[in-house]
Amino acid sequence: MKLTTLAAALSATALTLPAFAADMTIVSWGGAYQSSQQKAYTEPYAEMNPDFNAIWDESSGEAVAKLRAMDEAGNVTWDLVDVEGPDAVRLCDEGLALEVDVDEILAPGDDGSAPSDDFGPSLISECFIPQIVFSTTFGYRTDVEAWGDSKPEDLCAVFDLETFPGKRALQKSPKKNLEWALLCDGVEQDALYDVLDEDGGVERALAKLDTIKDEVVWWSAGAETPQLLADGEVVIGSTYNGRLFSVIEEQDQPVAMLWDYQVFDFDGWVIPANLPAEREAAVMEFVKYATDTQRLADQAKYISYGPARASSQPLVGQHAELGIEMAPHMPTNPENAQRFLVNNLDWWADNQDDAEAKFQAWLAQ
Amino acid sequence: MSDTTTEDSTQNGPVLAADGTPLRRSLARALRRQKLRALMLIAPLLIFIMVTFILPVADMLYRSVENGIVSETLPRTVVALADWDASGDTPPDEAVFAALAADMQIAAEEKTHTKLGSRLNYENPGMSSLFRKSGRQVRRWDLETDAPFMEKFLDIDEDWSDIDVWRTIQTYSPSTTSGYYLAAVDMQLGADGPEMRPENERIYLKLFGRTLMMSLAITLSCIALGYPVAWLLANLPMRTSNLLMILVLLPFWTSLLVRTSAWKILLQQQGVINDILVWIGLVSDDARLVMINNQLGTIIAMTHILLPFMILPMYSVMQSINPSYLRAAKSLGATDWTAFWRVYFPQTVPGIGAGSILVFILAIGYYITPALVGGTTGTFISNRIAFHISTSLNWGLAAALGGILLAVVLVFYWAYDKFVGIDNVKLG
Repeated sequence: MKLTTLAAALSATALTLPAFAADMTIVSWGGAYQSSQQKAYTEPYAEMNPDFNAIWDESSGEAVAKLRAMDEAGNVTWDLVDVEGPDAVRLCDEGLALEVDVDEILAPGDDGSAPSDDFGPSLISECFIPQIVFSTTFGYRTDVEAWGDSKPEDLCAVFDLETFPGKRALQKSPKKNLEWALLCDGVEQDALYDVLDEDGGVERALAKLDTIKDEVVWWSAGAETPQLLADGEVVIGSTYNGRLFSVIEEQDQPVAMLWDYQVFDFDGWVIPANLPAEREAAVMEFVKYATDTQRLADQAKYISYGPARASSQPLVGQHAELGIEMAPHMPTNPENAQRFLVNNLDWWADNQDDAEAKFQAWLAQ
Repeated sequence: MSDTTTEDSTQNGPVLAADGTPLRRSLARALRRQKLRALMLIAPLLIFIMVTFILPVADMLYRSVENGIVSETLPRTVVALADWDASGDTPPDEAVFAALAADMQIAAEEKTHTKLGSRLNYENPGMSSLFRKSGRQVRRWDLETDAPFMEKFLDIDEDWSDIDVWRTIQTYSPSTTSGYYLAAVDMQLGADGPEMRPENERIYLKLFGRTLMMSLAITLSCIALGYPVAWLLANLPMRTSNLLMILVLLPFWTSLLVRTSAWKILLQQQGVINDILVWIGLVSDDARLVMINNQLGTIIAMTHILLPFMILPMYSVMQSINPSYLRAAKSLGATDWTAFWRVYFPQTVPGIGAGSILVFILAIGYYITPALVGGTTGTFISNRIAFHISTSLNWGLAAALGGILLAVVLVFYWAYDKFVGIDNVKLG
């Protein structure tokens, strides 16, 4: 009884008192990804700064909505938020994320290059501090009898029901699917967004997707495709490359990667706008450490996502537990990245709602 | 009789209470005090519900018509644009562009121009990047010397000469809008008032209809499955019925996600049920049944999840029915069926009513289960609301969709009250 009263009193104080200056609320995705960040960033940082204390919040999935709600309530409790590139663009547009000058606040690369050069194309928004490159790509089962001796070698195998019969798993979202459909409908990569911009461009992509619609299982969580593949429920499916890595290497399922036209995405930090100066300074210091060349390379020991800095690439080593060389499993590995796509975020910022409406109406038909 | 009249006339006024105040006022005061005391008793709950439920709901509903952002971000432009003729085919004149330059510069300084861009982009795709791009440039202009601004804006992007861009700004200038509600029923504000959206962008009416139909189907299958179970629970000996009750409650206490995922494993094509059917030879291996990622999967999973909400009220109503009524009916010559249908069933209607309202209202707002097992044909309107809240950030549209859903539930409630009577609902 006394203990519960004490606990209640303590939690009440925790609610009313502001967090200690050294407490930092970091928002991430949970799971293997968050634990790779803990091992590569916060644990070594806490060793150097004994009074640093990271509080993790697994809310990145709803980060945009929650940050907006916090901002409207005038009480932003987060210090640092891990989001995907498109969300960073939206947060920046809404004025919810702090605009930063990477050359000013981040450490130069180990090879002396300026951060803006070192991060290169991953700097997609003024508010975005990149960490990793991940990709959405396909995995297929290696034991499908109906396929005979043929194995999927390029993206268009997904649309080829004759050679590769069976169910496919695709994300329940127009992004990426429209681009892939157009590529297999004969559109050149350079002309993708010009075609999508034309009247009837989105419809053309949907018409291509229509050819496989009956064979598609639509997923909305990244974990679904690995499960569908492992159960044999689908024979080929798209998901994040790290998920496929764990199905193939950690769980030893008869699944192989199809890297052709993988779609690169970036994941990184944003700092909420209008933080009190003291908290902002603490976050800046942490971010400077957590995004330096060595730290980004360290993260790849725990998860198969590529570091966003060019200078980190040569430092990528072996998986901390499996002991396998990680470089060949990186989406950025030249072997894997022979053909790849990067979403045109400007086009998607403008046309997301429109494309989404058409996509959903098509799905519901 | 005459005595009273004289007494009344001598007093020559209203009846007085013991302390000399008029009785009516004294009574009213006592009643008021009583009411106040009663109000004080429920005040904590009332305040709690006001602050945590009514006010947030009202605030959210207000968002479905609120549209102050255009006139707040571009005050001068909105005034200058008021006289522009939207039905013509010439873009506005230099005065409007000058006003836009002044507004834009302030907005870019405060970083609100991109916010406005995202808002207008809901109505006219392309506005988002137009505002982002323009804000960056306008910040560097000198308002005094850099006129004329029309050319400068056209240099940034030719879209500034697009009539539709200006039409959108003008249409959405007022501080309230019906735009969100129109969008929620697949319409849009065109040049000549509301019109239907193009065929291939209509989705919400279909989803509203589907949500209602499937919620009804789920409610009916809950009644069909729950009624016999509730009857068993109410009529078996205590020991057996307690065990059954635990079986009903156990899934009720299990996480929703676990139950939904379990159904996936059972129902999928390589799943347990299909495997068994193939093994006993009922279904051939290349014609496995499709039972998930469609409407059937959603109905099965949601019926299972919502079943306890149907069984429990039915059970408590059935338990209160005196078994001697059935015996009496039979001893008067009724067949089993007549005794059940004419005597027992009517007494259970309040339980069915309570269970149906609970299940239907819960079902109509479900979104996790439909998202996981619904595939393309089994998703609900709530899935779209969740999308607009957390992904597209179009809270106005989400609020309008939610407002319509709320209205539909209230209409159903009213209809239920009208035809069945809400007094006829019992939880026990």
